Amino acid sequence: MIRALVVLLLCQLAGTVIQQGSGLPIPGPVIGLVMLLAYLIKAGGPAPYLKDTAQGLLKYFGLLFVPAGVGVVTELQELRENAFAIAVAIPVSTLLGLLVTGVLMNWLAGREGAESDA
Amino acid sequence: MHSILPLFHVWAYLQTQPLLGLTATLCVWEVACFIDARAGHAALSNPTVLSIIILAALLLITHTSYQAYFTGAVYIHFLLGPATVALAVPMYANWPAIRRHFLAIIVSLTAGSVIAAGSAMLIAHALGAPRAVVISLGPKSVTTPIAMGISQNLGGQPSLTAVFVMITAMFGTLVCGLVFRLARVRDWRARGLAAGMAAHGLATSRMLMLNQTAGAFGGLAIGLNGIVTSIALPILVSVMGL
Repeated sequence: MIRALVVLLLCQLAGTVIQQGSGLPIPGPVIGLVMLLAYLIKAGGPAPYLKDTAQGLLKYFGLLFVPAGVGVVTELQELRENAFAIAVAIPVSTLLGLLVTGVLMNWLAGREGAESDA
Repeated sequence: MHSILPLFHVWAYLQTQPLLGLTATLCVWEVACFIDARAGHAALSNPTVLSIIILAALLLITHTSYQAYFTGAVYIHFLLGPATVALAVPMYANWPAIRRHFLAIIVSLTAGSVIAAGSAMLIAHALGAPRAVVISLGPKSVTTPIAMGISQNLGGQPSLTAVFVMITAMFGTLVCGLVFRLARVRDWRARGLAAGMAAHGLATSRMLMLNQTAGAFGGLAIGLNGIVTSIALPILVSVMGL
């Protein structure tokens, strides 16, 4: 488990160094994710210790968002003042995104070979 | 009064220590998971959302500052970074499917991602929301740790983004079934990809209950959308002149 944490933290560290050094707007952990994915593809898959720890960590993904989410207490006024803009922007944009990706992928992947329940 | 004075000392002491914030977060999480299990894992009883509501209420009731709470909660918060890197493992598991439909996935996902982020920011901007709120809305379809990182880099408010991500996830999960039926999206790969792109983890876990393929494509969309939005949003923000 510690060895897996070392791998994950080193990827995050390398990603953060790249991000800070280059000024790229991509978060360091995302660069770390891409680096680890590239390594896994090259190595032909994760070692069991890495797979177990990654799955264990991701099982509690929901818990990890909680401290940041509680930060809403510092944003209550901002939310109240912009309640209408937010209440329109989120539903409309989410519907548009669902429609565009769903319809496009349905059409494009359908041409490559069907896998539907129809 | 004399007898409760020591309690104030203890309380004041605990507020400066990490122990209370950390313990409270884990306790509330356990309670939220219990409630969620009792509610049959309904979309609106998500344990993350429940925990945030309960803890936020506790902070407001006890007049505890977020800073004091975060002294302890930071130990949990820190794990978001390694967990984001760990997303590479499930993405690798879907690699054969990604390779087979690489072009279709990239085109559909990027189009949906740019339209979701762009329309959210345009609408909020048009309705008079300030820049910080508009920017914080941009990454709302991305999984929380990545969304917060993007928001911070572009001058948004990460905690506001975290709230928007939650609202988006709940809304997307509620409506995605209906949207797919009305728009005749029948392919499970397309359903999973769209659900994961628009409403990430929450919608994906729902897809996983309906169909394995849809769940796999949802997981894939979460990771890919994080990468696509990281690259596309800075461009979108400068094009929109925000």
